[in-house]
Amino acid sequence: MTFTQEVRADPAGPAGLGPMGWLRWAWRLLTSMRTALILLFLFALASVPGSIYPQRSISPEKVAQYFKDSPGVARWLDRLGLFDVFTSPWFAATYLLLFLSLAGCVIPRAAAHLREVRRTPPAAPRNLSRLPQHASFEAPGATVESIAAQLRKKRFRTVTGPGWVSAEKGYLRETGNLLFHVALLALLVAVGAGGLYGYRGNVLLVEGNGFANTVAAYDRYIPGQNVSAESLEPFSFTLSDFQATYVATGDRRGQPLDFSAKLRVTDRPGARERPYDLRVNEPLDVNGTQTYLLGHGYAPTFKILDGKGQVAFEGPVPCLTADQVTYTSECVIKVPDAVPDQLGFLVRFLPTTVPAQDGSYVSVFPGAANPTAQVFAFSGDLGMKSGRPQSVYQLDTKNLKPLVMGLNTKPLAIGETLPLPGGAGSIQLTGVREWISLQIAYDPGRIPALIAAGLSVLGLVLSLTVRRRRVWARVKEGEGATEVEVGGLTRTEGGPGFAEEFSQIVTALRGPEAGDAASRQGVKDAH
Amino acid sequence: MPTDVNSGLATLSDQLILATVLLYVLAMIGYALDLGFGRARAAEPARELVPAGGGAVAEAGEVTTTDARTGGDGTGSAAGAGGTRPAWAARAGTLAVALSCVGWAANLGAIVTRGFAVGRWPWGNMYEFVVAICFAAVTAFLVMQARQPVRFLGAFVSVAAALGLGFAVRYLHVQAGPVVPALNSYWIAIHVTAAIFASGLFIVAGVSGILFLGRKDGPSRLPGRDDLERVAHRAIVIAFPIWTFAVIAGALWADKAWGRYWGWDPKEVWAFITWIAYAAYLHARATAGWRGRAAVIVQLIAFGCLLFNLVGVNIFLSGLHSYAQVP
Repeated sequence: MTFTQEVRADPAGPAGLGPMGWLRWAWRLLTSMRTALILLFLFALASVPGSIYPQRSISPEKVAQYFKDSPGVARWLDRLGLFDVFTSPWFAATYLLLFLSLAGCVIPRAAAHLREVRRTPPAAPRNLSRLPQHASFEAPGATVESIAAQLRKKRFRTVTGPGWVSAEKGYLRETGNLLFHVALLALLVAVGAGGLYGYRGNVLLVEGNGFANTVAAYDRYIPGQNVSAESLEPFSFTLSDFQATYVATGDRRGQPLDFSAKLRVTDRPGARERPYDLRVNEPLDVNGTQTYLLGHGYAPTFKILDGKGQVAFEGPVPCLTADQVTYTSECVIKVPDAVPDQLGFLVRFLPTTVPAQDGSYVSVFPGAANPTAQVFAFSGDLGMKSGRPQSVYQLDTKNLKPLVMGLNTKPLAIGETLPLPGGAGSIQLTGVREWISLQIAYDPGRIPALIAAGLSVLGLVLSLTVRRRRVWARVKEGEGATEVEVGGLTRTEGGPGFAEEFSQIVTALRGPEAGDAASRQGVKDAH
Repeated sequence: MPTDVNSGLATLSDQLILATVLLYVLAMIGYALDLGFGRARAAEPARELVPAGGGAVAEAGEVTTTDARTGGDGTGSAAGAGGTRPAWAARAGTLAVALSCVGWAANLGAIVTRGFAVGRWPWGNMYEFVVAICFAAVTAFLVMQARQPVRFLGAFVSVAAALGLGFAVRYLHVQAGPVVPALNSYWIAIHVTAAIFASGLFIVAGVSGILFLGRKDGPSRLPGRDDLERVAHRAIVIAFPIWTFAVIAGALWADKAWGRYWGWDPKEVWAFITWIAYAAYLHARATAGWRGRAAVIVQLIAFGCLLFNLVGVNIFLSGLHSYAQVP
C-alpha cells in the first residue's frame, strides 16, 4: 500500500451521526493508512510467539513436554492459544482486519485507476517554465503533430490541442501497485482454500511393505474441513529398498549424505507399476498428491517362540531412533499370543556394535555394519485386555516379571537365539530391515498460491521501478522561427532519473540537426 | 555428491578470509581518513546521473542529486575544521576503494575456493552464510559508490563486514565438509543466494539508517539526513523484491523438501516478520508524518528482525533450519 493520500479519521468519532455515520467512520478508520500500518505491525508481532513457544501443528511432542514440565504455565499459554498461534482467533482477527483494510484500500483505488487510465492526459498548463523540468528551443518546421508523434514513439500517451501537446506515461506503476495488493489477497484465499480442501497424513513403512492411499492406512491423518474420504487419490506403492549413505571417515563421520527409497508405484488401481526413487528433495507426485520422505529408522526382524515352542511372533519391529548420531534405537515387542504367559520385550538395537571399556556395548555409526540387539524380556499380563489404549512404542513393565536384563551381556547378532529362563520361550534376531516415515499431502492451493506470489513480485517490481511522468510542449509560431517550449513533471517522488530522461526527450524533439549542444539552460533540478 | 574434501583448497579459503578481514580493516582506516580529513564535498563535481540503462530497478526510488546541499554541508564543516584539506586524505580515500576491491576479490576467492573444496554451493552452514553476506554487503557498497557519491558509507560498511567476518571466523567456523541431504538441492543456489544479496543491500541500508540517527543537526562530515535516508531507501527498494523472491523460493524449496510450502518454522516466521517490517517501512515512507526519523526507526526495527532471522534464529530457536551447523 504505497498509498499517499491518507484518510484522516477523527479518533473522537462523529457525535450524533446515526448508525450509518458510525459505520462510515469505522470503515474510514479501518481503511486509513495509519491503521494499515498498525495492523501490519500487529501482524508481525502476533507471529512472534509462534516462533518462541512450541506449536502443536509442528511439534506436538514438544507441547506435551511443556505441559509435563510446567503444567501451570502451559495451561495458561494454552488458554491464550500460544501453542496454536497461527490458527488462533486473535491471529486470524489480525490478518482478517489487515486484509479487510487492504481490500478497502485497493478497491476504490482500482476504480480510480481505471478512470485514470481511460482519461486523456490533462491539458498543458499556461506557464511551462514554472514546471520542475523546462526547456525551450528553436525548431524550424516543428508542429504539434510532429512533436506528438515523437512522444508517441517514446510510448507516451498524447493528446493535442491548439498549439500544445500533452503526454503522459508510467501508468504501470499504479497498475503494479494494485496488482501487488490484489495478489496478496489472492494468496490468502489460496492458502485458505488449501487448508479447506487439502489433507495431509503420515505413515511409517517397513521395507517390503506397501501403502495404499486410504484414510485407514495412515498413522496420522489430518484432513481439511471439506475433504471426504473418497476423494483421496487412489494410488499405492511398495517400499522395496531403502538406502542411507553416511560419511564413513573424518570428523564428520556418521553425517548422512543421501537417502534413497526405492518404490514401486501404482498410480491407480489396474495401472502398470512403475519404479520411483524417492529422495529428500524429490517427492513422488501422483496427480498433485505429494509423497515426501521425512525420516528413517531400523526395523529388526525377530522370531519369538513361546513356552510351548510355538511361533508367537515373527516379523519386523519398527524401532524409535534414540540417538541420531549412532542410530541406537529402542524397540518394543508385545507378544499377547504367547502361552502360558504373555511376553513383552524391550530391545536396544545397535546398528554398528562395538564393546565399550566398561563391558557394555554401544553403537558407533548410523549404518548397519554390525547390527545387534540387546534384549530385556518380561512375562506376565501385558494389560492389553483392560481396554485402556497403549502405545506400541511403550511397554509398561510395572506388573511384569523380568526374565532377562541384557545390558552387559553380549547382544544378539543376526541368527542368534536367546533362550528365555524358566522355559518361557526364546527370541531370535533374524535380520534387519529399515523403515521410512512419509508425509503424504494434497494441497489444491499450492499452485494458485505460487501464481499469486509470482504476480505479487511482478506487481512489486513494477510499482517500485516505474515512474509516472508528464510532458507538455507548446509550439509558438514567431516571425520566421518556430519556438518550442517543453515542460516535464514526474508525479513520483524524487527523480533526477527523470531529469536525464527529460533532457533526452528534449534532444529528440529538437531533431538530429541540433546535435548534442545542450539546451539545458532551462532545466532545473527536480528537487 | 562428492564426500571427500580438498583440504588444500579449504585451507586456502580460510587464509583468504583472514586476508579479507585485514584488507577490510585497512580500507576502513583509509575511508575514515578520507572522511575525517578529506576534501570538502563542495569540491566534488556535481554528478550527472547515469541513466540506469540495464538496471531499471536501480532507477526506482530517488537518486541523489542534492549535491548542492551536501556541498553546503561539506563546506561548512571544512571551514569549521580549519579549511586546509590535505591531498593525502583524498588519496587515502582512493586507496581505500582500491583496498576494498582487493578485499572484495579475496572474499570472493575465499567463497569460490571453499565451494570447490567441498564440491557444492558454499553456503551450507552459518559460517559460509555469514561470509557470503559480508561479501554481498561489500558488493552492494562498491556498486553503489561507483554510481553515486556514497563513499562516506565505506568506513561503516567495511567495519561491519570486518566485524561480521571476524565473528564468523571466531565463533561460527566449521571445517569444510558435505551437507545433509535436505540441503543437497539446486534450490540452495536460488533461495540462499537471493537471501544473501537482499541481506547485503539491507545491511547497507541499515548502516545508512544508523548514521541518520547518529548525525546531529548542523555541519558534519556526513551528508545531510535527507541523503542518508535516500541511500537507505534506494537500497531497500532494490532489496525488498529480492527478499520477497527469496522467501517465495524458500517456500518452493520447502514444498519440495518438507511437504508443505509454508509451515511456520521459526525461520519462516522471522523471514515473514522481516518482510512485514520492511513493507511497513515502505508504507511508512509513503505516508506523510512518518517520513524521516519515524521511517528510519521502522527501517532499523526491520533491520533488527533481519539480523535476528539470519543469526539469532539458528542459535536461539530450534527448527527445521537448525541443520545450519552452528558449532
